Amino acid sequence: MGTITRAAATGVEVRLEHLRRVFAGVVALDELSLTLAPGELVALLGPSGCGKTTALRLVAGLDEVTSGKVLFGGTDVTTLGANRRDVGMVFQAYSLFPHMTARQNVAFGLQMRRVDEQERKRRADAMLELVGLSGFADRYAHQLSGGQQQRVALARALAIQPKVLLLDEPLSALDAKVRGRLRDEIRRVQLEVGITTLFVTHDQEEALAIADRVGVMNKGRLEQLGPPTTIYTRPATPFVAEFVGLTNRIEGDVKGGEVIVRGTRLPLVRPDTPDGQAVALVRPEAVSLGSDGDAGGDAGGGPLVGTVIAVAFLGATSRVTVDLGDVIVLAQMPTSQASAHPAGSRVRLTLRPDPVLIARDETAAAEA
Amino acid sequence: MTAAGNPAFNAAARPLGGGRRLPLTWLGVVPFFIYVGIFLLLPTTIIVAGSLVGPDGSISLSNFDGINRPFMFKSFVNSIEISTISAVLGAIFGALLAYAVATGDPKGFLRRSVMSAAGVVAQFGGVTLTFAFVATIGTEGIVYLWLQQHGIEMYPNGVWFFDLPGLTLIYLYFQIPLMVLVFIPALDGIRPQWREATESLGGSGWHYWRYVAGPLLFPSFLGCTLLLFANAFSAYATAAALLTQGGVILPLQVQALLTSETGSSSPGLAKALALAMVAVVLVVMSLYALLQRRTSQWLR
Repeated sequence: MGTITRAAATGVEVRLEHLRRVFAGVVALDELSLTLAPGELVALLGPSGCGKTTALRLVAGLDEVTSGKVLFGGTDVTTLGANRRDVGMVFQAYSLFPHMTARQNVAFGLQMRRVDEQERKRRADAMLELVGLSGFADRYAHQLSGGQQQRVALARALAIQPKVLLLDEPLSALDAKVRGRLRDEIRRVQLEVGITTLFVTHDQEEALAIADRVGVMNKGRLEQLGPPTTIYTRPATPFVAEFVGLTNRIEGDVKGGEVIVRGTRLPLVRPDTPDGQAVALVRPEAVSLGSDGDAGGDAGGGPLVGTVIAVAFLGATSRVTVDLGDVIVLAQMPTSQASAHPAGSRVRLTLRPDPVLIARDETAAAEA
Repeated sequence: MTAAGNPAFNAAARPLGGGRRLPLTWLGVVPFFIYVGIFLLLPTTIIVAGSLVGPDGSISLSNFDGINRPFMFKSFVNSIEISTISAVLGAIFGALLAYAVATGDPKGFLRRSVMSAAGVVAQFGGVTLTFAFVATIGTEGIVYLWLQQHGIEMYPNGVWFFDLPGLTLIYLYFQIPLMVLVFIPALDGIRPQWREATESLGGSGWHYWRYVAGPLLFPSFLGCTLLLFANAFSAYATAAALLTQGGVILPLQVQALLTSETGSSSPGLAKALALAMVAVVLVVMSLYALLQRRTSQWLR
């Protein structure tokens, strides 16, 4: 096992340059440029049809680019076939060869590389140990759980000591509990092996939890690329703000680089937003609650007063749903604070003056 | 899970009040069992019993001695031969057609039309099918005569159409579509990820077929070939309509022994022969079931 991890420990830089893929006139991927540092794990996040899987398949060599380049460690691999690219790939599900045991599956890539049988067995067993499945080498896919199958698939992808590891929604077919565990497991193995990894997912929680950097994609374009905290707290575009995490949509008035939401002045991420009616995107964490009648902010009473209609217990935090009469607002806070506002109680909302974004459609309407 | 069943089903499965009556759900399958009993089990029993009764009415195995006669053996060999050839050719061509269909658009015109046609054609057989062939490529058939008018002789080395090769050709007409119908599920079970996984692990197209798709499909292919064999082995009407000479293949031999025009009818021997056929089909179908069970675990 030591030889495997050492040999692959120096991950290579992966560079995608102006990648473009057009299917029958439809642009699936539009000018994607992205550089993964050696050993880095980047997650591409987005809704279905956003181009993230297309990007991954272009890197794998399973699909041909319309234009652009893919470089591994500075070498152009754009025209190389998938079987000559040296990538390890884990698919969404059911990718293990069903007529082979776990060991045979893991050894398959080595067999393709004409590694002798003894060595194949030794390395396959070492990889199975790495993913915690030493005792399962002789089992067939149908004798393994979904999570175990994906771990074997990971071992199989890593056994060939690839330059790059590609993960195509590897957790989406698993139930929630297994998903969380396997996610951490993948991250542990990836760090241990030190391999450059591209992880594609539509699950924001997964992307934020596992990646060094997250790339949020929409309609074939990369909307924002950055560390998970930046993506969450400083979304660059309204799409990112709405796709990543929960967001309240509250109407307000844009005026001189600020938006006035029911009497509260909030700074704008983009101060150049034109004046006029708009919908501000406010995170639930930026909303705090006080009992009605408290001296609450500069609102002067009225506009931000409502009734609690539900309290969702999430563990350390709780999410409180407040009906303001014309709009429903979510507020997230420590459970100890939320317990002071049971369903039915009257509350006053305070908005933390974090910079906010204006929702897309309203911006577009204002521009038009 | 156990408690939360389908209420309608549970109600139906409940005994009809009190006692140990047969559950209602069984009632639905009773006609099927009656049907199987009358048209499968009863004739089989008659065959088994009849084959064990000698010409003098006593219980003996003498009927089975008759099977050893050269002309019987010849029809047995003929049956095996025609069934094997039509099954193997039908399986190869059927599998190729099925592959073309399975790799195409699942909702496309090709798949819909081929599957509908296969469903109809696989059931086409007997006198009508033979007539269709005779009317087209028989020695008075329109295709034959048209070709002859244009200087092409279809049978330059003698007419083989009214013999076993002709029968094989006709059998292929329903063997190929039957193969398409029974082999498509296995092909549909092949997942595109397996090819892509093979590629990303450094394998070529050849490697994919040699190590992945081939071994996965082979048991099913073999099983389907056996089914085609059984299908041809037990076919009667098509052969009876085409071949003028009696007893060339086993089913015709059984018929000849039962209704001999020369007065030498020997029902005991006919039943022994039929029993031998049942045994062959039973072995073949057991192997088919075994192979299908194996593949179904892989290709779900």
